[in-house]
Amino acid sequence: MSAFSAIGEETEQDQNEFTPGLEPQPTWCPGCGDFGVLKALKGAAAELGLSPDEMMVTTGIGCSGKLNSYFNSYGFHTIHGRSLPIARAAKLANPGLTVVAAGGDGDGYGIGGNHFMHTARENHDITYIVFNNEIFGLTKGQTSPTSPMGHKSKTQPHGSAKTPLRPLSMSLNAGASYVARTAAVNPNQAKDIIVEAIQHDGFSHVDFLTQCPTWNKDARQYVPYIDINDSDDYEFDNTNRSEASEMMFETENALHEGTVLTGRYYVDEDRPSYQQEKQRIGEMPEEPLAERYFDDSYEWERTFDNFLDKHK
Amino acid sequence: MTDHELIWRIAGGSGDGIASTSQNFAKALMRAGLHVFTHRHYPSRIRGGHTYTEVRVSADPVKSRGDGYNFLLALGDSFARNPSEGAYYGNEEIKPLSENLDELNEGGVIVYDSGLLDASEIEDFDERVEENNWHVYDIDLRTIAREHGREVMRNTAGVAVTCAIADIEPDVIKSLMSDAMPDKILEPNLTVFDDAYEMVQEEYDVEAPDVSAPTGEHDEEQVLLSGSDAIAYGAIDEGCRFIAGYPMTPWTEVFTIMTQNLPELGGISEQVEDEIAAAALAIGASHAGVKAMSGSSGGGFSLMSEPLGLAEITETPLVLVEAMRAGPSTGMPTKPEQSDLEHVLYTSQGDSHRIVFAPGTAAEAYYQTRKAFQIAYEYQIPSIVLYDQKLGGELSNVPASVFDEEPNADLGSVLTEAELEDAPHDDSGKYQRFQHDTENGVSPRSLPGQKGGRYLATGNEHMPAGHISESPENRVAQMNRRMQKVDNIRAELDADGEFNTVHGDEDADLGLITFGSQQGTVEEAADVLNEKGHSVKVLGVSEMMPFPKQQVADFLDSVDEALVVEMTASAQFRGLISKELGGYGDQMSSLLKYNGNPFEPADIVEGFETALLEGEELPDNRTKFVPKVGE
Repeated sequence: MSAFSAIGEETEQDQNEFTPGLEPQPTWCPGCGDFGVLKALKGAAAELGLSPDEMMVTTGIGCSGKLNSYFNSYGFHTIHGRSLPIARAAKLANPGLTVVAAGGDGDGYGIGGNHFMHTARENHDITYIVFNNEIFGLTKGQTSPTSPMGHKSKTQPHGSAKTPLRPLSMSLNAGASYVARTAAVNPNQAKDIIVEAIQHDGFSHVDFLTQCPTWNKDARQYVPYIDINDSDDYEFDNTNRSEASEMMFETENALHEGTVLTGRYYVDEDRPSYQQEKQRIGEMPEEPLAERYFDDSYEWERTFDNFLDKHK
Repeated sequence: MTDHELIWRIAGGSGDGIASTSQNFAKALMRAGLHVFTHRHYPSRIRGGHTYTEVRVSADPVKSRGDGYNFLLALGDSFARNPSEGAYYGNEEIKPLSENLDELNEGGVIVYDSGLLDASEIEDFDERVEENNWHVYDIDLRTIAREHGREVMRNTAGVAVTCAIADIEPDVIKSLMSDAMPDKILEPNLTVFDDAYEMVQEEYDVEAPDVSAPTGEHDEEQVLLSGSDAIAYGAIDEGCRFIAGYPMTPWTEVFTIMTQNLPELGGISEQVEDEIAAAALAIGASHAGVKAMSGSSGGGFSLMSEPLGLAEITETPLVLVEAMRAGPSTGMPTKPEQSDLEHVLYTSQGDSHRIVFAPGTAAEAYYQTRKAFQIAYEYQIPSIVLYDQKLGGELSNVPASVFDEEPNADLGSVLTEAELEDAPHDDSGKYQRFQHDTENGVSPRSLPGQKGGRYLATGNEHMPAGHISESPENRVAQMNRRMQKVDNIRAELDADGEFNTVHGDEDADLGLITFGSQQGTVEEAADVLNEKGHSVKVLGVSEMMPFPKQQVADFLDSVDEALVVEMTASAQFRGLISKELGGYGDQMSSLLKYNGNPFEPADIVEGFETALLEGEELPDNRTKFVPKVGE
């Protein structure tokens, strides 16, 4: 019998199940795109029939880091940029958990960029939502890794001399097996993409455009948006790596020219997840490791029997 | 060094098999009933560069490197750097011979490979040999090796010559070779061994030196292992089945041992992108209900500062190991030092707390690593095992019975789903995992996936169900509760009373105080001093945090004055004692060593007699004496 009975339990959840029944209520500013992520995640979790006790949502620091304060599940609000390493270890420890990591563009593409690259490379079976508002919000409006060139802020008074980072291209090159972009102003697509991302066996990266009405007033509200998978103007095969790459490049350029492109950019269903690869080479047990500590019949190995001979 | 000891030094180049040859030699003599202790000296290079390992062999227990040594086997350095005159690092080819003369005791033996080394390149070699009454054997070991096998088997030829001169029964070595070597190379090695052994018996006077291996017998079965082995085995016996790390000398040894053993135990090892990730993965796995660890050396541990604080405030059990080497910055990667003490005790922002053990021996490393896990999981607090390149790498014989212990995979203060049903929840159904008032400061945790256990873990200050809070009342309640755990851990360690060690006569007038890996050497120095008529006892501290104030104060109260011995340049350990005890500055002097080599017992004897008692200057800068406050 599992010590973690919430995992895989048959449930029919209303999305309100994922709303805490009392405080804390969100403290984001009116009109903030972060509400869109919260709503989409609640809708996706309900649609997938997940229970709050089988989900673990890890976050970094910033406005986005509050996501799991307002989402009713197991949560780990970590430190700046480190939601991914904590998420992937929890998944390895107990693979039955549904693990979602989230953070902002500074958190994921700046300070945590190394973890982003390597988590994608290793293809851990987790979903990573990046709240991309092209700005540092909670620290009051500084230029971020995705801010457009020329963007003026208190920390870049003469306008940024840096070209913005290309999140989708970076993700693809690093090895993510599901890459999408959605926007807070596009709630139905956002929910559908998060559903797919959670269902995908491997690292799913969702670059989620979240407008910041307080500190990025000049920026577009990411409307009108175009869904590249639905639009006749954009023909490409998102299972083809090089076509996906071209589409991502075009999308990243277009954003700074005022055209908001969204959709599923790359889907590789064939690549095994990291857990599968690790089990294939015999370096990860088939049974969840976390269960073993509750198994009274397990005979724990000891040094005296297993390892001393080679020292004699 | 006593008369009946062999201290054998095998010197050569990095990558020439010096470490494995010395390990086999030590194990063979342990099997023959002797006590052994090794000391490694190596450069931060893959191939080439002078390296040596010393094997101290005695009929009685040994717990330190010796004073100097009495048998040199100097082999060539196959990968020596450009030996041109005026080269920045000097002529490396000759170093296995030239670099090892200063510490060779009078009457000692030199065996060198004349196929690769030319003693005439060393200034005054013959004069020094005569002056010190050394016995020199120039033997073309390379040619012997080439005749029957490959050049690298000169190590075997050198060991054979050692046996002939030091009266070691050849079968002692050969039976170990048979166990340790694959068939393909065993036969030629055995031939090389026999050929060299016979040749030196026939053509040289092997009876001339008064240097020989003792004979002895063990009361019980022994194993030869290092501090790194012992730390890994302690973790395994506590049910640790997850490790995350990034390579860094000398911590890599523990990481490697765990990684090689975990698959057969159904565990998981993760080599990750950096040490921030390594510590964060250990936190993630532990949070999800698996006993986990990480570790590093100084530089990598710096990167772990922030996750360390996260583990503390989220009360996630976390065990880290820190293998010290000489700093600052990259410092001297392969040289031991204890100067990360303050780094490990105090790093990470805020009023952060952790448990730190600094074991003194391999057996202590095993027990204290186990205790570190027990405290981490019971009290939900980071525990750190602080050691160094010396303890991590030195091999010694330990009774096998030390490890004849029951495994313990208990997750500590964790609730089951059944227990969670009766536990307090908020109106959203979140479990109040961080309750204000608990019996011993510990609020039991739930694990993700458990029904009815959901809560928020956060690096922010938080309310009972985990939500962020800056309420003054809540803040004080949570802070006090977390600090109460440290007080309770101190009380538990006091009750156990088993980790700090006292050595010598209780009524002695003078004290030596040390911590961690220097313990054995300091104890040997005290024995020498007592034989010379002084009255000395030793306190070896392993419980670094929370600090055993009462025990250290009692020790200081019982002596007139004390010499604090540590491998730092700024007397960090003495500073810790002064800070924790709020006094005793006029009673403690320091003996420091930070030149990259661990103390020898004689260093401490000299510092004690010359500097502390006589008030005279030390003759060179190998060690440094810092007088007590007011002098």
